[in-house]
Amino acid sequence: MHRGNAFRTVVLLLGLGFLYLPIVVLVIYSFNASRLVTVWGGFSIQWYVALFANAPLMEAAWTSLKIATLSASLATVLGTLAALALVRHGRFGGRSLFTGLIYAPLVMPEVIVGLALLLLFVSVGADRGLWTVVVAHTTLTLCFATVIIQARLASFDRALEEAAMDLGCPPAKTFFTITLPLIAPAVGAAFLLAFTLSLDDLVIASFTTGPGATTLPMRIYSQVRLGVTPEINAACTVLIAFVAVGLGLSFILTRSGARHRDEAAGEASADAVAERHAEVRS
Amino acid sequence: MATRNEHVAVGAVRRNFAPWSEPGAEPLIRFDGVTKRYGAVTAVDALSLSIYEREFFCLLGPSGCGKTTLMRLLAGFETPDEGRVLLAGVDQAAIPPHLRPVNMMFQSYALFPHMSVEGNIAFGLRQEGLPRDEIRARVDDMLRLVQLSGLAKRRPDQLSGGQRQRVALARALAKRPKVLLLDEPLAALDKKLREATQFELMDIQMSLGTTFLVVTHDQEEAMAMADRIAVMGHGRIAQLDPPNVIYEQPASRYVAQFIGDVNLLEGEVTGRDGDLCTVSCPAVGSALLVASTEPSAPGQAVAVAIRPEKMRLGRGLPPPGTANAIVGEVWDIGYLGDWTTYVIRLADGHLLRASQANVARFVEQPLTWEETVHAVFAPDAAVLLSR
Repeated sequence: MHRGNAFRTVVLLLGLGFLYLPIVVLVIYSFNASRLVTVWGGFSIQWYVALFANAPLMEAAWTSLKIATLSASLATVLGTLAALALVRHGRFGGRSLFTGLIYAPLVMPEVIVGLALLLLFVSVGADRGLWTVVVAHTTLTLCFATVIIQARLASFDRALEEAAMDLGCPPAKTFFTITLPLIAPAVGAAFLLAFTLSLDDLVIASFTTGPGATTLPMRIYSQVRLGVTPEINAACTVLIAFVAVGLGLSFILTRSGARHRDEAAGEASADAVAERHAEVRS
Repeated sequence: MATRNEHVAVGAVRRNFAPWSEPGAEPLIRFDGVTKRYGAVTAVDALSLSIYEREFFCLLGPSGCGKTTLMRLLAGFETPDEGRVLLAGVDQAAIPPHLRPVNMMFQSYALFPHMSVEGNIAFGLRQEGLPRDEIRARVDDMLRLVQLSGLAKRRPDQLSGGQRQRVALARALAKRPKVLLLDEPLAALDKKLREATQFELMDIQMSLGTTFLVVTHDQEEAMAMADRIAVMGHGRIAQLDPPNVIYEQPASRYVAQFIGDVNLLEGEVTGRDGDLCTVSCPAVGSALLVASTEPSAPGQAVAVAIRPEKMRLGRGLPPPGTANAIVGEVWDIGYLGDWTTYVIRLADGHLLRASQANVARFVEQPLTWEETVHAVFAPDAAVLLSR
């Protein structure tokens, strides 16, 4: 038993190490006082200071944030609509095909998606820049948003909407006063996931961007080709922090939504049962 | 919910309430040849039905008999494939759910989890755009009516099952609908609470004068509450009558078996003397005498339906010449406290149920297993069923 436990601990540590050791090393070296990336010279936050003074890098970060916000917003709205269509419209013709088409980009190689989008933008004569990246990232993140919101909608009690309409609430208003507040955690989680995916992306952005719209991952990648500086480590650490917070919030939102659901669906607590019996006796 | 005095008044009103038997009465709700299909399944089959104002009406049937569909057709969540649904004489076909003057209490209660008790009850009133004070007053009235005044600020997940049920009722009643639809209103409550709530529902219905349409699969619930019951099967109405008629004069084998316990003895009419029919039942071995006003010709296949509590059990063989005596041996005994149910095995293997009220606390020699007994019933205690 104890041996088994020790074995499992070792395996777990190996796995986690495999996954996170490179990132830990990068984060540690971002606080390095030395100019040399691989030689520890004491603790310092000078590279963070330098980072915020690096105008091109900060500009790229700003571009990335704009793109992530815009594309995540678009993906969340479209994803909600797609999820509604998939869950609510029963067995419309081509439903399974549509479902498949929504899921396919999850496993599509990014190079292909990027190339396809580039060809599309060129053929319609769109000027490549910030907006083409926004559209491309919406395409990328839409399917993730749809999957998250669809899962929540599938377990949503339609009787709640029917009750609202029964009480005189028109269908559109019902969506905004009943449905949307109740699926809000899933919508929020979808937004945050889309946001972090967009912030992460290098490949699709490289294909679809144009002059003046360099994203943070692209800037970092091009600088790394000239040699890694501790400043890049600092930039990456900040980026990792953003993504971690985003994913963490997304996870918490999905879970709190699920817990709320369970409580609502579950029977009354022991406390309430006792109260109920008291009621009967009185 | 109501005081004793109110109960007396309610009883007086109830006794004389029978608008369905008045020739000129206009029904409040009319289903007119309504058919609803889901793919190959016909949920409601060319059904016509009239429900009158102030009536406490129950749709009773097993699951899948179309009773919920019928209710949803009235609420507007389903549209009929054929026929019309009329409310106060107005065809509802073109009216969406949110504009219909009916409200529904859902089986799951469907309380809005992100709103307080108060918010839930006020929801419908807000949709009407009533002034704030009026909404407050109406919500307070409703909370008093369902005895939840102290819990206005609670959220649904902080309430017990019984309390949620009351909030759902208050929310549906707050808009003062012409018709309140209740979908299995008591199904989620435990037995004791269910019985108490039945009477509360009846009192509320009487004091508000709202027409109640209840869907249930629980026959006791329907029997206790309804003015009239429509027993449904396969999308049609098998019988539509007040509870006592449904129980004492079932129209068919289906209704007799669905409502309460019944013994069905298949046989054939052999003779008739006025209202008294002679029926030969192979299972019994002798001829049975059954009172029936229905015309039945000799040779007609019928079933003699006898409720278990309408038979008297006697030890041993019956005295010679006793009419309607069925002989068998005790096969099983179910002691229920107030009643004991005996399962009696007839000579050909048929099982017959007879229940006896346990009027005495001690019986010197109770009937026991494998004892020969005879069950006797009066000719007017049984019903002849040809359908």
